[in-house]
Amino acid sequence: MSPIVELKDVRKSFGALEILKGVTFGVNKGEVAAIIGQSGSGKSTALRCMDRLETIQGGSMVICGHRLQDSNIDLKALRRDVGIVFQSYNLFPHLTVAENVMLAPRLVKGIARAEARTIAEAVIAKVGLREKMDFYPEQLSGGQQQRVAIARSLAMEPKLMLFDEVTSALDPQLTGEVLRVMEQLAADGMTMILVTHEMGFARKVADKVIYMKDGKVHEMGSSDILRSPSTPELADFISEAAEH
Amino acid sequence: MNMTFIISLLEGLWGTVVLSVLTFIFGGLAGFLIALARISPVAALSKGTAVYIEIMQGLPLLVLMGLCFYGPGIFGYDSLTPLQAATFALTLYSSAYLGEIWRGCLQSVARPQWEAAECLGLSRWQRMKTVILPQALRIATPPTVGFMVQIVKNTSVASLVVGYAELSYNAKIINNSTFQPFLYFGIAALMYFAICYPLSVQSRALERKLNVANR
Ligand SMILES: Nc1ncnc2c1ncn2[C@@H]1O[C@H](COP(=O)(O)OP(=O)(O)OP(=O)(O)O)[C@@H](O)[C@H]1O
Ligand SMILES: [Mg+2]
Repeated sequence: MSPIVELKDVRKSFGALEILKGVTFGVNKGEVAAIIGQSGSGKSTALRCMDRLETIQGGSMVICGHRLQDSNIDLKALRRDVGIVFQSYNLFPHLTVAENVMLAPRLVKGIARAEARTIAEAVIAKVGLREKMDFYPEQLSGGQQQRVAIARSLAMEPKLMLFDEVTSALDPQLTGEVLRVMEQLAADGMTMILVTHEMGFARKVADKVIYMKDGKVHEMGSSDILRSPSTPELADFISEAAEH
Repeated sequence: MNMTFIISLLEGLWGTVVLSVLTFIFGGLAGFLIALARISPVAALSKGTAVYIEIMQGLPLLVLMGLCFYGPGIFGYDSLTPLQAATFALTLYSSAYLGEIWRGCLQSVARPQWEAAECLGLSRWQRMKTVILPQALRIATPPTVGFMVQIVKNTSVASLVVGYAELSYNAKIINNSTFQPFLYFGIAALMYFAICYPLSVQSRALERKLNVANR
């Protein structure tokens, strides 16, 4: 198995405030990694750095062969390889579901309209929304919108998918439908990194669990560490999460 | 009422329309470029246009007209015709205001929309064209039309400095010989209204249409 994501001593500051204080971990092809940790521990920042929405100030980060610390990095190539989904769906409100999904294949890959539509049909069917192709985002529930956002990323056939608390804005029954889509993706062999508060989901699908605390990886291992953590901090974090 | 005077008012109306349309076209094009420059990541562009806007918004239109009309002569160039000078001044003036209005509209499209498009690999221009502009257009319609109505009325300043014959100028000339100010200024007022009112109506219709299309 080859590493598709490799972070070595990654440092990131906003002004004088250091948020990532030397983060090191790797994710292999086909693996699902779950990043957990308290609010403000730098999980989202780490994820945003992986798609070069933020630049890092120290260490090295290699994502699908792209060296993110290089100033002459080919961003277009990076973003073809990496898909990212946020908590707040961010669908384009003036475009239909199908148009949202077709946009990047057409503009970035130069695929013709008819073929792009076929791709869109396939990925939208995959997230279970075939009958919503020509709806506008505001006509969909939050869970449906989030599934469209996932489909929109999948249409670019990424090698790596990043998810940042994609179910946090949803109520419980809508959360389930989004998690099922992600579970299916994992089963299909997609390499995924997900920041999540859903401990049950992490336990079920994650090959690797990364517990972050104060801008560092505090504990890392297989999903077994959620059952038997070796640091007291992770033990506390898990028992706190269980109370919610 | 004298037919010659009515014809003179209609000629003035035509002058107003010509100057307004030229201003919309040139001021709109320049204003669009200024709006793009204002939100450009290139500091020189955004700072430079910010200064330009400050200067243009700080000058009375009347003074700007004077500078455009007499300015070229002072520097030894052939002076402009009244229409050219008035168009030039109104273009400078409206480009600053439209640039600022449109910058606000572009920036009011939420930042995550930019990011979502960026993460999909769209280039800066593609993001602007397919994601930001269509959403900004809807927001921009009411203030833009409001400003166009201002421009139609502000064309009257052109007669004061550069002697351009537009509607209010001709109304004044007629009044000087007829001494029937209420009649002829009243007709001029109706003519201004006849241009400005349909603009506002169109704007509301367009807004409704965009609201349906851009849910
Ligand atoms: N653009 C920014 N400018 C300044 N500070 C920032 C910026 N983005 C994040 N931060 C700060 O970095 C810290 C870590 O934020 P981050 O969003 O990575 O945390 P998180 O682990 O994702 O938290 P949460 O679970 O609440 O989402 C926070 O203190 C936050 O205020
Ligand atoms: Mg976060």
